[in-house]
Amino acid sequence: MTDMSVEKPGASVSRATRESKIALPILIVLVVFLAAAPWWAGRADMRLMVEIFYYLVLAQMWNLLAGYAGLVSIGQQAYVGIGGYMLFIGTVFLGVHPLAAVIVAGVAAAILALPSGALLFRLRGPYFAIGAWVLAETFRLIFAQVSALGGGSGMSLPTDIVRSIADGRSAREAVVYWTALGLAVGSVVAVYYLLRSRFGLALTAIRDNEEASGSLGVNAWMTKFSIYIIAAFVTGMTGALIFLQKLRISPDAAFSVNDWTAFVIFMVVIGGIGTIEGPIIGVIVFFVLREFAADWGSWYLILLGTVAIVVMLKAPKGVWGYVAERWGLSILPVARRLDLNSVLDPSRKSRH
Amino acid sequence: MSQPILEMRRVSKSFGALKVADGIDLSVNPGQSLGVIGPNGAGKSTMFNLVAGVLPPDEGHVFFDGADVTGKNMAQRCRDGIGRSYQIPHPFEGMSVFENLLVGARFGGAMPDDEAYAVSMKILTETELLPKANALAGTLSLLERKRLELARALATQPRLLLLDEIAGGLTEAECQSLIATIKGIRDTGVSIIWIEHVTHALLAVVDSLMVLNFGMKIAEGEPREVMESREVREIYMGLDADA
Repeated sequence: MTDMSVEKPGASVSRATRESKIALPILIVLVVFLAAAPWWAGRADMRLMVEIFYYLVLAQMWNLLAGYAGLVSIGQQAYVGIGGYMLFIGTVFLGVHPLAAVIVAGVAAAILALPSGALLFRLRGPYFAIGAWVLAETFRLIFAQVSALGGGSGMSLPTDIVRSIADGRSAREAVVYWTALGLAVGSVVAVYYLLRSRFGLALTAIRDNEEASGSLGVNAWMTKFSIYIIAAFVTGMTGALIFLQKLRISPDAAFSVNDWTAFVIFMVVIGGIGTIEGPIIGVIVFFVLREFAADWGSWYLILLGTVAIVVMLKAPKGVWGYVAERWGLSILPVARRLDLNSVLDPSRKSRH
Repeated sequence: MSQPILEMRRVSKSFGALKVADGIDLSVNPGQSLGVIGPNGAGKSTMFNLVAGVLPPDEGHVFFDGADVTGKNMAQRCRDGIGRSYQIPHPFEGMSVFENLLVGARFGGAMPDDEAYAVSMKILTETELLPKANALAGTLSLLERKRLELARALATQPRLLLLDEIAGGLTEAECQSLIATIKGIRDTGVSIIWIEHVTHALLAVVDSLMVLNFGMKIAEGEPREVMESREVREIYMGLDADA
C-alpha cells in the first residue's frame, strides 16, 4: 500500500502485516530447502517428513471443518480410507498410474461425500460428530467385505505398480516425498487464499456466529457443505498418498479413528483452532513430542494427553492463539485492515 | 397509495401449546417507522423472527415488497432487503469491526469488494465506529456492540430495518446519540420496525406504534394516542410508560 490522499473516496484496505512481509521470503526459502531433501536427507528422515506433511494436510482440513465451519467431525478417517482404497482400486483394477490415482482418489472421496454430507448435515453438534464416526465405521465394514481387496486382512500394492511410480527405490521415495510436500504446501496455500476470498469471509463469520451470518445474507448451509466436500477431496488425496508410502492397506489401518482423526484433533487443538498457523504449529509440537518420547511405550500417549489438558486449561486458543493474541502477530494474514491514518488524521503515523 | 414494503397476513406461530403469534396482520409502508411495544413474552422478538425468516410461520404469509417471502430463509430475505439487529448483540468476535460490516455488504448487499469497502467505511463514519474499525469486535463496549449491530445491518443496504431493543442497557447520553443515528437512517427513507422498552427513545423516532400482548396485536396507530389508550394503560397498569 502506497501513500494516498485524504480526499480519495474509496477505502484503502491492506492485507499484509509487517511480520508476514518478513516471513514470506523465509517460507519460500524453507520450501525450496525442503524440496531439495532427496539430496541432503537420509531415507528415515524423508519417511518422517512425508508423515509430517500428510499430517499437516489432514490438520489443515480438519481445522477448516471444525475451526471455521463448526463441523466437529470424528469421521474424517472415512475419506482417508476411501482415498487409500481408491489408490489400490485405481491402480490394480483400472490401470491408472499411481500418481494419477491420487487425484482419482480425491475425486472419489468428494463424490462419496455428497450423499454422506447430505445425510450427516441433518445432524447437529455432537450428533454430527458421532454420526460421522458411525459412517466411517460403516465404510470400514463395507471394504472389509470385498474379497477382491483382500477382505479384512487387506492387500499389498503389486510390485509392477510400485515400479511404475519411478525406477529404483530412492527415485520412488523422492517422488512420494515431492508429492507429499506438494500436497502440504498446496493445502496451506489453498487454505490461505480460500480464507482471504469472499468465501473465507463467510466462513469466518460462520465460525464466530452462524445465526448472525445468516441474518447478514450468508448461506451458511451451502458454505459449510462446500467445505465438507473440499475437505473430503483433499483428505481423499492424502489417504491415497499415505498408502502410496505404506504400499499396503487394510480396513483397520485405512479407517483408523486414532491415526487419522484423534491425533489430528490433538494437533489442531494444541496448535490453535480456527487459524491457519495453528495446525502447522500443532503438527510440529506433535512430532517433537513423539520423537522425544519414542522409547516410552504407551507412556507416550499419557504425555500427549497431559499436554492436551494443560494447553486446553492454560491456553484454550492453542499455542498459536496464545502467541497471536499476546503479541498481535499474524504470519499468514487473512484479515482486512482499513487504513485509518489517512482517514482520521493524516498527520498521525502511529500503528493502531 | 404505494404498495407496502412489508405485509403480514394472519401470521400465527405456536411453540407447543403456547401461541406466540396469533393471527398477526401488519402493513408497513415505504419510509414508515413503526414502534412495537408490549410486555415481556408478548411475542415481539418472535414477530421479528417471523419477518426475518428465522422461524417459519405455522399459518399465514409474509410479503416483502409485494412478493411472498414466507418460504425464504433469512439469508435470502436479507438479500431481498430485510436487515436486522439482535436484542443481544451477535458480533463476529474474532473479526474486526470493519470486517463485520464487510460480511453484510458482500453477502446481504451483494456488492463487489471495492464498493463493499467504501460503503462499510461510510457506515462506520455515520455510526461513529470508524476509530474502532480495526479492533476485534469481541473487544467492544456495550454501546459499541449495539452500534455494530446497527452498522452491520445497514451494510446489507436494507429497505426495511428491524431493530430489537437496541437502546436497552445504555446510559441516557448513549441513548440520545443512538436516537440521533437512527433518526438519520429514518430520514434516508429506510423503513424501520423498532421493538423497544425504552419508550421515550421509541417515541422520538417512530411515526406509528403497535402493541403486542399474548402474540396478538391489540392496538396500532398514532404513537401518543396508542400510549394513552385504555388497552395500553391496562397492560402497563402501575407503570409509568414515559419512565
